[in-house]
This record gives sequence, C-alpha cells and structure tokens, in this order.
Amino acid sequence: MAEQEIDEVTGVQTTGHEWDGIKELDNPMPRWWLWSFYASIIFSIGYMLYYPAIPLLEGSTMGYSGKTNRSELKLEMAAASSAKAEKIALLNNTELGDIQKNEDLSRFAVAGGSSLFKVYCTQCHGSGAQGAPGYPNLNDDDWLWGGDLETIYTTIKHGVRNGEDDEARESQMPSFGGDETLKREEITAVVEYVMKLSKQDHDAKLAAVGEPIFAEQCTACHGDNATGGREFGAPNLVDAISLYGHTRVTMVSQISKPKHGVMPAWIEKLGEANIKQLAIYVHSLGGGEKAKSE
Amino acid sequence: MSETVKEPEAAASGVETLDVKPVNAKENRALYEARKKIHPKRAEGFFRKFKWFIMAITLAVYYITPWLRWDRGSGSPDQAVLLDLENRRFYFFFIEIWPHEFYYIAGLLVMAGIGLFLITSTLGRAWCGYTCPQTVWVDLFLVVERFFEGDRNARIKLDKAPMNASKFGKRLSKHIVWILIAISTGGAWVFYFADAPTLFFELLFGHAAAGYYITVAALAGATYIFGGFMREQVCTYMCPWPRIQIAMLDENSLTVTYNAWRGENRARHAKQMRKKGEPVGDCVDCNACVAVCPMGIDIRDGQQLECITCALCIDACDNVMEKLGLEKGLIAYSTLDEYTANMQLAGASGSITDIVSSAVYPQIKPDRIRDKAGKLKDTITHTTWRTLFRPRTYVYMAIYSAIGLALAVVMANRNTLEMNIIHDRNPLFVTLSDGSIRNGFEVKILNMHGEPRTFRVETTGLTNAKMKISGSQKSPTESVIVKVETNKMRALKLFVTLPSDDITSKKIGFSFKVTEQGKDISASTSANFEAPEKYSK
Repeated sequence: MAEQEIDEVTGVQTTGHEWDGIKELDNPMPRWWLWSFYASIIFSIGYMLYYPAIPLLEGSTMGYSGKTNRSELKLEMAAASSAKAEKIALLNNTELGDIQKNEDLSRFAVAGGSSLFKVYCTQCHGSGAQGAPGYPNLNDDDWLWGGDLETIYTTIKHGVRNGEDDEARESQMPSFGGDETLKREEITAVVEYVMKLSKQDHDAKLAAVGEPIFAEQCTACHGDNATGGREFGAPNLVDAISLYGHTRVTMVSQISKPKHGVMPAWIEKLGEANIKQLAIYVHSLGGGEKAKSE
Repeated sequence: MSETVKEPEAAASGVETLDVKPVNAKENRALYEARKKIHPKRAEGFFRKFKWFIMAITLAVYYITPWLRWDRGSGSPDQAVLLDLENRRFYFFFIEIWPHEFYYIAGLLVMAGIGLFLITSTLGRAWCGYTCPQTVWVDLFLVVERFFEGDRNARIKLDKAPMNASKFGKRLSKHIVWILIAISTGGAWVFYFADAPTLFFELLFGHAAAGYYITVAALAGATYIFGGFMREQVCTYMCPWPRIQIAMLDENSLTVTYNAWRGENRARHAKQMRKKGEPVGDCVDCNACVAVCPMGIDIRDGQQLECITCALCIDACDNVMEKLGLEKGLIAYSTLDEYTANMQLAGASGSITDIVSSAVYPQIKPDRIRDKAGKLKDTITHTTWRTLFRPRTYVYMAIYSAIGLALAVVMANRNTLEMNIIHDRNPLFVTLSDGSIRNGFEVKILNMHGEPRTFRVETTGLTNAKMKISGSQKSPTESVIVKVETNKMRALKLFVTLPSDDITSKKIGFSFKVTEQGKDISASTSANFEAPEKYSK
C-alpha cells in the first residue's frame, strides 16, 4: 500500500487520487447516508424473499407472498365483480321497467351500460352513440325498430339480420335497380317524390311521376305517408333524420341496390344483466320512448 | 467537568460560575463531527413563566380542538373543526368550505404568511422561540427528562455513569413517558380528520382504518425522534424557516441581544481588575446564559442562526444581575439600532460590522455609560414600541387586514347555491325527427346549506326552449324542478331542445338559471347552444 498522505490544511488523509494538483480527501461517508445504505440492503433481502425476484429460465422465484402483478389483477377483478354481484343479481331478477323506477339500480345500470357500450358498441355506433351513415344514431328520437325500453332490449339481445339468432330482426328491401323492377328514370322520379315528402327542394314534375310508383312499390313497408314501419324496420322517410343520407345520390343508390345493416345478437356474449344495462343506457340517451302499455 | 468553580468574589454575591462550553458556537463546530449533546439547565424568570403559559395554550388548542362540538343540524357532522377528506368538506365552527372554495384557505395561508412577516419584522423570531411545535414539544420533552433524571449536572453525571438498575429505571421511565406523549400527539392529529369520539374508540379497539394507525405511528415516531433526540438539529439543519426569517429581520427588529456595551470587558475577577484600574463591565462570565441555552450557543457571540430567541438566557442573566445588585437587562430583547447607538456611546465608534464584532470590546469604556454613582446614564438608547412601528410594519398590517376584510366580506356574502354546467361533447347536438335540435348538458347543483331545498331550473336567452331530465318519462317543459339534499351536490343530465325555426346561429349563448322554490335565492351560469353548420349566418 502506498504511503499515507495527510492533507495539511484539514488534517484528513487523502485517497492518493490527484487531478491537476487537486487531491481527494478521504473523508468518511455521512452517517445518515451509511445508515440509509445499510437499511436499504437489509430491506432488499426482505423484499427478495417476499416478492418474486430472481429470474429463472422459466418465470422467476415466486417469493413468500406469491404475488405477481398478474395474480393481483386477477384478485382485483374478482373483488370488483364480487362487489357488483349483488346489483347484477338484482338486475337479473328485476323487470326492465322496474329497474328504471329504482333510482339507485337505474344509476348503476346507466353507468354499467355506458362502459359496456364503450367496449362493444362504439365500433359501429360511435363513442357518443351518434352513429354514422348506415349505423343509426341512438341519441335521437327516430327508431327503426322501436325506441321503448323493451324493444331496445330485444334489438340488442337478438340483433339485426345476423343469420345466427332465430329471433333476430329480419327484413329486406328489394333491390329495385338490381333486379330491374324499376327503371332508372322511375327510380329518379321516386327519389324526387321522397324529396317532396321530406319537404326538400325537388322537381315537382318528376315527383308527380314518382308518386304512383311510390304508392305501388314502397307503401307496403314505408307506409302510406312514408312515415316508416317499425315491424319491418323500415325507416321514416319524411322526418329530418336519414340513415344513409338525404342526398339524391344516396337515395338512388339505396333504392337501386339497398344496403342492409347487420347487428350481432349479444345475449350469448354479454348475458341478461348486461343487455338490460345497455338497454337502459341507450334509452337514457335522450330518444327513449315510453313503454307501449303506458 | 460540570463542577461549579466558585470564585471568591462571585461566591460572595451567590453567583455560581459554570464550566460549560457552547457546543454549537462557531469555533466549536466541525463539519464531520457527531452532534454533542446539550444539557440545558432549568431557567427561572419572566420569560420561562411566559413560555409555560404559551406552552399550555398551544398544547391545549392542539389536543382539545378536535373534541369541541358544534351543532350544524342533522345530516352534517357536529365536530367544530373537521377536515372531512372523504366527503371533501372543511368545517371550522360556523364556516363550511367546499373543495371549490379553496380560495378561502389560500387567503388564510396568504394571511398567515403576511402575519409571519409582520411578527418577524417587529418581534424577530418570536414564532421559533415560543409557538413553533418543535420548540413547544422539545420543552415538554425536557420537562419529562428533568423530572426523571434531574437538572443539568445530574443529567451529565447520569450520562457518564455506567448502566445500572437505577440508571436503567430512570431512562426507561423517561422513554415510556416520551413515547406516550408522542403517541397522543400523533393520535390527536388524526382526530381532525374524522369524528373524534368515534375514531377514539375505533383506534382503541383496533377497528380504525390502517391509514389512521400509519399516520399515528409516523407522527408519533417523528415527535419522539424530533423531541427526544434531534432537538436543536431540526431548527439548525432541517428547518428552512430560520434562514427565511433572517432575511426579514432588519435593524429595528427585536432580537435577544447581549448588550456588550455594558457587559464588556467581561471579568471573573472584577474586583482585582478594578483595583488595578482596568475597565470592567457587568458580565462576570458566569456562563449562566450558556448553560440554559437549548441550542448550545453563547449569546455573547452575537446574533446567530441557531438562536431561536427563546429568551431563557435573559432569565438566567437577569437572576445573576439581581444577585450582583446590578440593573437587569445585560441580555435583553433589543434592536440592532439600539445596540449600535449604545455601543457608540460606550466608545466603540465605527461601522456596524465593527460594532458587532468582539474585536471592539477593548475599546469599551464602562465609565462612558455609567455615572459616578454607578447608575446607567440617561443617554442610553432604549427600544420602545415606537421604534417597532415603522412604514414596513404599517404596510404589512394594511395588507394583512385588507385580505382579512376581503375574506370576511366574501364569507358573509357566500352564496349557498351554485351551479356548474358541462356541455355534452359527443355528440355536440342531436337532430330530432321534427328537425329541432337537442343539446345535452351535465348540470350540477350544489346545495351548500343545512336543509334540503327544491330548485327550479330554467333557461334564459333562448326562445321556445324545452327541457327534460334524462330518464324522465315526462314531456319536455320550459323548466324542471329538482330537489337537492342537505349539503349535497346533485348532478343531472338535462336535454334542451330548440325548434328549428328558433335557431338563429350555429352557436347561441344563453344562461341556465336555478332558483330556490318560493325564495329569491338564485344562481346562473352561461352556456352555449350548439347547432349544425347549416344554421351559421
């Protein structure tokens, strides 16, 4: 070992390290620092024994606690669902209308329905349930199949034209252009007539030509006044809301070769209580109608 | 080490000269040295009595406050001072503050800050010396220490004695009482956050939430360590406040001062010195001031960062002066201005840096401040209340009272009804089948009152607007009636619909107005009615 050197000014031994004539003093570590250091070493031993710590070829040592982030998540999820269990059971056993009358349960259903909606429904209906061309807006008061609680519930439960559920909503608009039931000019005339019905700018002459065609071909489903028919999911054509758009282009296309919305049946995937929550949530968005019996 | 050195002359007047070193004096302080324990001697006198009084009041306020009751009617807690974190309310006697009214607390904090400026610029470090919890609890811990282990000399002896049954017993009793004080200190703290009587029994029988036990343990640990072991180190090394306060002191602020102009030249053998014709001051160098100092400094070294101005050295010195038959106040509350004037009177004329340094002590001539009969001359400057009141003081007082007054006015006119509006963002608006436009709003009505109340919500500034509460089966109406429980906030989803013909622009400004049924109390909040692009002018 090299000879010990004592710094003259401070009387402290140097480490022997020197940079440009500046020497490092070998002062002791502050005691609070040393103690914290020792304490953290002791703590780390306890930590290593208690928690998963040492990586192995597969996984790691599990520690005394056996806790991992994954196992904790599992526990937390179980705790969350058991905390909700009572309410869920109540939802299962309560009639839809009665759920809405129970303020507490109704609030629970709206909150639960809102989160379910965000996971399962926003892909088509949008995060605010505002819809998109071909996907109905659920906020407004225009309903294809009906807007009372029971009907919304049925639509969500069985879906629309999905070919899976026997009770799914079914209907089909003929492909007037595709199978040449109507000629191109006739379709244009019907469009002008629909434009007239919904009080928009239209060609009065063509509309007059379209009127008898409409009466013959369309009223069966859309009704004599074109106010729609909910038993077929046929849209109201005279109101301010349109599923595919109010323009001539969209209307011609929809009459010539109609598109048909499809919605899955959710009962298998979500179960009774969740469907009820979703129905109550959708009903609460502002367009919900009164139950038929009332 | 601690034996009293009896000087012939001092003994005659009953003054003991103590062998004590100020461990925290500048020359005794090394950076890497471990702390040297201080054994403060018990002081007696006016300031000690005053400090007992302050201690009794501050401790009583701290321990008793959570137990005071205040009737606020049913549905509200009856604890006079309560920080209800769970329900986010702060109760202070007749005042109840909601989280959004935090500006009251901010105002009080600003007042506290200005108050400290005011006190510090006039009375110096009065907070440190008398009311700071660290000072109060260290004092309390010292009382316990003195009770079991005796005063300074006995404690020094006990520290050096080998461990035996008697020493162990004394130490054990001391620590047990310390821990009990510490636990009750931590315990009292949590009572401010929950109903005190309920929580007391919950804590006692182990039913309270873990957070309470952790808080009590942490505060008890801090009290025990800060009060029992760290003591003056907390003030000197941990607390930022002394350093801030020093910046606020000026030449007119009161500080505990050793009046060197009458104390110097200090002498243990004054009579012999006088015989020789050498100038001798009042200080007999008995070290009584050093022995009582809880900070381990010598006040005769001048104003120091460590000094918390507890004034115990004033008591100690006054007792000595009394025995010597001299005027009290060799160590006294004084201002730098007063000290400078008197130093110059005593013959140490020069700059301030000179005056506060002990290098000028030999220049001091005791006969310049005392007349032939030995009385202090009238020309000596004395601090009066007049010197404490100066423009700076008035400015602080003006700001302090202005904020106080403003808070009082705001508090007196506090509205017990408030409304918050959040417009739905997605969707911004909804077109209904008849072409009318609907907007959704999250309306929050705050009933900050001791009774349930019924309100009417309506819009102003919209023509033919109809509204409906989400989930309600009723048809839309011009206004809705809402009941809000005592001291609660009620949130509702409100749909406002405007016929197409009444929409004048794609964004219409309007107000929601909420009025208490049958009363003149109302609140309103502005909002916008959003409509599709086609309505833009």
